[in-house]
Amino acid sequence: MSSFLSGWRLVIAFIGTLIVVPVAGLILNWVDRFVSARVQWRKGPPFYQPFADILKLLLKQTIVPQGASRTVFLLSPLVGIAGMSLVALLLFFSNTGLVVAQKTSFIGDIIVLLYLLALVPLSFIVGASASRNPVAAVGASREMTLYLGYELPFVLALLVPIVKVAQRWDVASALRIGGLVAYQQQYGPFLYSVSGVIAAVIILFTIQAKLGYVPFDIPEAEQEIMSGVLVEYSGAPLAAFRITRAMMFVLLPLLLITVLWGGITDWWAILKFLLIVVLVVLMKNTNPRLRIDQALGFFWFILAPLGIIAVVLAFIGL
Amino acid sequence: MKDLRLWGLKKSPWVYHVAAASCNNCDIEILELLTPRYDVERFGVVLVGSPRHADALLVTGVINRKSLPRVLEVYEQTPKPCLVIAIGTCACNCHIFRNSYNAVGPYDKHIPVHAYIPGCPPKPEAMIMGVVKALSKL
Ligand code: SF4
Repeated sequence: MSSFLSGWRLVIAFIGTLIVVPVAGLILNWVDRFVSARVQWRKGPPFYQPFADILKLLLKQTIVPQGASRTVFLLSPLVGIAGMSLVALLLFFSNTGLVVAQKTSFIGDIIVLLYLLALVPLSFIVGASASRNPVAAVGASREMTLYLGYELPFVLALLVPIVKVAQRWDVASALRIGGLVAYQQQYGPFLYSVSGVIAAVIILFTIQAKLGYVPFDIPEAEQEIMSGVLVEYSGAPLAAFRITRAMMFVLLPLLLITVLWGGITDWWAILKFLLIVVLVVLMKNTNPRLRIDQALGFFWFILAPLGIIAVVLAFIGL
Repeated sequence: MKDLRLWGLKKSPWVYHVAAASCNNCDIEILELLTPRYDVERFGVVLVGSPRHADALLVTGVINRKSLPRVLEVYEQTPKPCLVIAIGTCACNCHIFRNSYNAVGPYDKHIPVHAYIPGCPPKPEAMIMGVVKALSKL
């Protein structure tokens, strides 16, 4: 760990996680809105639109609703941002071509990543519950249900590369992001196998749900429960939530590339990244919203068995 | 700092639609603004679901004894600075309901109004022009 973060790496880590990832996320946000506009035969907003939104929100009045728990209400957006910054740090520094080595990451950092990714729904749930708004409570309960739904297939999909590495290499590097990337550099990406394809499809749906995009935007259904979990947020905390979402939009496709598609080691990663982003945006634009029980059923009774099949296939070696 | 704030406000006015007893025609015309034909999202306008997120309230319809407290509450819940844009003749001056026993007068008697867009219902072009004028007055 001491060599993991020291000297110039620390500086780059700071700049990377605090500036580059949010800015890239906001630009992606624009890409999303622009592509959506084109799908709907519109012109779409200018590229600085997300930046203008964030700037405006940061400089606006922040209202804490009466009777809300002030500290929790204002702190929970920061939990999400902190979690995403740590995910960015882990992903980039155990995986990029410039510093890649199996040993730069520590054992078990995939599990840490899983927990850090859970911080975002947690911050939404806690913040909404602290706001003392019945609509936000409905949103929070839906967010919780959705989280319980997508986490099971997501873990099963992550098990696929872990099982493969543990079988053909050693168990210690199977739980390392650096280990997964090093394995893929030697034997080719996991995606080019049956179990890899199934895992990628599962992770793609999970990305959609984690981002709260349309088939799974149940917790913050704007037309139905008035933005749900975000209903009481205004000003800077709302901007923080939006930045969290923007960072997630960068990091989750990168996670998919890292664990299944060869890692962020060459320039092809950018094309793969854009392909995944466009897939996500198109899925968002061509689907209506599901009910929460339909979403839960989809994740538990369709994707989870698929995930189990993928893990079994990985055990056999397919 | 003030310039930045103004720029942000001008470039991304999120609107919340307050329908206080309108006859629904003004509301339909507002929705038309968001359709591909007029596409106000290219100016950064987004229809939001909660007044907490709003920068501009689009109020329609004649205000009456039942809806006045609700409108006042929505106005108080909106973070300032916020614009109030009265859409339709009803919202501007009560229109044909002026002498009705239930009407409590135009909006500017109760909350500050920044733009009046008359018409029954106003044309979408007129609404865009009104919003642009209100924003450039800031
Ligand atoms: S101004 Fe005309 S269209 Fe608008 S709410 Fe009043 S009566 Fe209806």
